[in-house]
Amino acid sequence: MGKKKLLNTKSIDVILHRLACQLVENHYDFKNTVLIGLQPRGVFLAARLTKILEADYLVKNIQLGALDITFYRDDFRRNEKPLEASSTSMDVAIESKKVVLVDDVLFTGRSIRAALTAIQAYGRPSQIELLVLIDRRFSRDLPIQPTYRGRQVDAINNEKVIVNWQENSSEDAVYLIDK
Amino acid sequence: MSELSVNHLLGIKYLNKQDIDLIFKTADHFKEVINRPIKKVPSLRDVTIANLFFENSTRTKLSFELAQKRLSADVINFSSAQSSVKKGETLIDTVNNILSMKVDMLVMRHPNPGAGVFLSKHVNACIINAGDGAHEHPTQALLDSYSIREKLGEVVGKNVVIVGDILHSRVALSNIFALQLQGANVMVCGPKTLIPKHIEKLGVKVETNLKKALNWCDVANMLRVQNERMAISYFPSTREYTQQFGLNKTLLNSLDKEITVMHPGPINRGVEITSDVADSNQAIILNQVENGVAIRMAVIYLLASKIKQ
Repeated sequence: MGKKKLLNTKSIDVILHRLACQLVENHYDFKNTVLIGLQPRGVFLAARLTKILEADYLVKNIQLGALDITFYRDDFRRNEKPLEASSTSMDVAIESKKVVLVDDVLFTGRSIRAALTAIQAYGRPSQIELLVLIDRRFSRDLPIQPTYRGRQVDAINNEKVIVNWQENSSEDAVYLIDK
Repeated sequence: MSELSVNHLLGIKYLNKQDIDLIFKTADHFKEVINRPIKKVPSLRDVTIANLFFENSTRTKLSFELAQKRLSADVINFSSAQSSVKKGETLIDTVNNILSMKVDMLVMRHPNPGAGVFLSKHVNACIINAGDGAHEHPTQALLDSYSIREKLGEVVGKNVVIVGDILHSRVALSNIFALQLQGANVMVCGPKTLIPKHIEKLGVKVETNLKKALNWCDVANMLRVQNERMAISYFPSTREYTQQFGLNKTLLNSLDKEITVMHPGPINRGVEITSDVADSNQAIILNQVENGVAIRMAVIYLLASKIKQ
């Protein structure tokens, strides 16, 4: 099993700042915008972006939600084990807001498809965008593309891209793992 | 990721502590789902469930049906009153006929204890017991424990008294198993005629004085007096039962501490519990009903994910 580091702490930090700049460009003061991290790993990215936006770009009162898409997935009963859910915390109103879905890795696009369905249970946003840290090229099952991408990665199917955050492991890093 | 250790929910007796923890954790997520503006998820859209009620029920049937619909399952309902069971069809034949219509899961209430266990050995479908005679009512016990956990933070170490007709009660037996699995102390309280002989062998305390029992407990689960199951008289009169084992506000206020009051419904107001107690903020009776939908969603979700495609 091979393991290759794609991004280290420093390069992730640079990318996060660039993504934050792009968000500010499109959303300015975030008054009408809601950031929604997808459980389980997108929430770390969403929280980190919020922190950068508030500290470095003086954006105040960013509305942040965490959405779990387990019950909307299309592979129920197609796996060996039951799909495990995470908690959802949507204390923000999304009706007529601009929603930015945030996830760590975009692979087949099926999670995002599920998220687009799940988000409807909370209202009708005026617009939905997608931000991902890693975009795995040439691996999409569905016609879904990110609005903001951190880094494009070419990985073949039996490789896996793992994003580690300080919050859930010891460092910020992105690895390519050969199974 | 863990999964349930069983393929059917026939009784709490067949579950272990990890199963209960998993059901509760899953129910937490579904409780959030049923409080959304759109209270529905598409998980079970390719699963068909039949609700077979060979005995009357309002709350349990509605709660199961709602749970199934919130999960987007297809639901068919069957009640024995308007069916071929009256024409002499056997249980296995009835069920196999329903299964031929490509049904994946059965929710069954039956007047005979062990009906679910019997069926699980003879038919090829996932079975959830929604009450079998005086035997078990597992989802009720799960939602009772879940409601205690929600109100008091945890179940372990809590003192729970089950008051009333223990002899005819499936809720009592399932509750005893469920509470003990989670490390609670259980006491039963009622007229001697309505407490089964040798019940202390299950490891429960027995008390015939309601006031003593209430002073011992953190939670009192007041069972309904089941007049329809009593062919003979187990106590002289309803009025005497109420005087000895009914919970009223005066009694509640005379206790050393504030206890939580539960009732599995339907309530006989003024018999086992007075209106002012049932409607007080110490009672969590309506929370139990709300939690029932979340618990049943969790059970159905976890069992359905074990059905092979």
